[in-house]
Amino acid sequence: MKILLTFFALLATLRAQDFSNVEIQTLHVQGSVYMLVGGGGNVTVQTGNDGVLLVDTNFAQLAPKIMAAIRKLSAGPVRYVVLTHVHADHTGGTEALVKLGATPAAPAPALLVAHINVLNRMVTPLPGDPAVPQALWPLDTYSTPFKDFFFNNEAVMVTHLPNAHTDGDSIVFFRRSDVLSVGDVFEPDLYPFIDLARGGSVQGLIDGLNKILEIAVPAKYQEGGTLVIPGHGRLCDEADVVEFRDMVTIIRDRVQDLIKQGKTLDQVKAAKPSRDYDTQYAAPGSFVTPDAFVESVYRSLKK
Amino acid sequence: MIKLSTGIQPALLLLAAAALPAFAQQDFSGEWAPLYHEDGPERLPGPELADYTELPINDAARLRADSWDADRISVVEQYQCRPHGADYSMRGLGNLRVWREIDPVTQRTVAIHTHLLAWDSERTIYMDGRAHPPDYAQHTWQGFSTGVWEGNMLTITTTHLKENYIRRNGVPRSDKAMFTEHWTRHGDYLTVTTVIEDPVFLTEPLVRSDNWYLDPGQHIGIFGCEYAAELPKPEGTVPHHLPGTNPYLHEFADYYGLPYEATRGGAETLYPEYKSKLTGYKPPDHCERFCVCTTLFNCNLR
Repeated sequence: MKILLTFFALLATLRAQDFSNVEIQTLHVQGSVYMLVGGGGNVTVQTGNDGVLLVDTNFAQLAPKIMAAIRKLSAGPVRYVVLTHVHADHTGGTEALVKLGATPAAPAPALLVAHINVLNRMVTPLPGDPAVPQALWPLDTYSTPFKDFFFNNEAVMVTHLPNAHTDGDSIVFFRRSDVLSVGDVFEPDLYPFIDLARGGSVQGLIDGLNKILEIAVPAKYQEGGTLVIPGHGRLCDEADVVEFRDMVTIIRDRVQDLIKQGKTLDQVKAAKPSRDYDTQYAAPGSFVTPDAFVESVYRSLKK
Repeated sequence: MIKLSTGIQPALLLLAAAALPAFAQQDFSGEWAPLYHEDGPERLPGPELADYTELPINDAARLRADSWDADRISVVEQYQCRPHGADYSMRGLGNLRVWREIDPVTQRTVAIHTHLLAWDSERTIYMDGRAHPPDYAQHTWQGFSTGVWEGNMLTITTTHLKENYIRRNGVPRSDKAMFTEHWTRHGDYLTVTTVIEDPVFLTEPLVRSDNWYLDPGQHIGIFGCEYAAELPKPEGTVPHHLPGTNPYLHEFADYYGLPYEATRGGAETLYPEYKSKLTGYKPPDHCERFCVCTTLFNCNLR
């Protein structure tokens, strides 16, 4: 619970912070897909003759800057917004970007796509969480393992990863461009936040990472090929996901072993089972400290 | 045809020469064969498990290496065709080709290219003064390299490396590392002095050198690699040793009669003063393995 309070306290702080100095950077990933970096979570942009598709929307305060960056790529209307999960640093800009993304030729609002659990979490927030405005609710939901559609001359394949970072995680595969946008299931420089209160689990996270590895196909000598846009951080490919998957799996195994030995949470923390990864994944300022990550793994395994 | 007077011609030649920038003080182009007189057993045939000697690693790197299980590079398909990083490639574990890319208009060297036998690794070293990519750009095995001349020495800076290893027995090098090389040429010999700075796993820069010999008759073949699931295993298997359970950590020290703590690495063990701490240490009477090992083919294997 302490972790969750810290997370939402952080989000509240971010919502209140001054975003005027944040610059949105644009990186062409490959094919028709771009990555927008800055402020909150990464925003994926797919452009083409049909218009614009977004994966995640960052914070609301950054919407004008994000739209300015999008408009350098396309003058078309925003027709789809896919939300990878419920957290505000990935969904906060939805309403503003949908409004800003409408054009006279296409005034109808964009379709908001997400797993049904994202809608459920927004409609019924946890006690203490702020209410989510109705305009942010994704109403084009899916409750099956998989949803796909065709947009901008390529198949867009949305896959649900059950009980991973949350219980509503989706990853989005742009099949012709060969790009995966995976949300916070994968962040190359940070310990993952396993949102236990919103259905996340360490095993679901590992299963989700293995699903990404199943979809991604590297080019020659394990490099390039399918590119992976993480929830936060730099552009990646399969090999980077492998490193992250290995880290989560190894720490899971260590905590599981300590639990089998009958260790309490405090004893598990004292054993520091993540200590050889802390210099790499405990980023300064990140609310997912080594102790917080170990605690979330422990509590997830004890469920 | 316009004819110039004999007085004007030399003047123009001088002007043309003066207009050329001071670039490419040395030409490294050619086929280079690695020499293994330094660090022979570690480079070829390869390091032994739990040999962390001469590495300024921190505790995190040490535990990562202790936890490493060599099954990972055979059982996990994603590891089977992983190449060496640019830094490890320059340990000379395969033959090297170097060639220049010349701008046809300015005749400047705008890039130097390298090709290594191992995993067909190719690298571009940009010489045109461009900046390194932003931190949100993709990392690669060979990283992003830029070069500058310091007199006759070529200094190369490489960033945006993927996570890899400092020693191929599990000692890690992170994706936040910076790799600096100093290339110098003395006739047919190329010396590459390398510096790895890694805020994640090293407590001080790791400085090494490797030598190459010009071999114009060399032919670099195709490397080739195809990954495949060779053993039935549960999905997502990641072989590793739990802390305190790796049975092989003392093997290297015991075999060579070395004090165990000296094999654990760390900056202190790099310096001559460390020898005074090894009280009571008696070297073994005779060497039994890799004693005169300078190539793969003359190792004194027991």
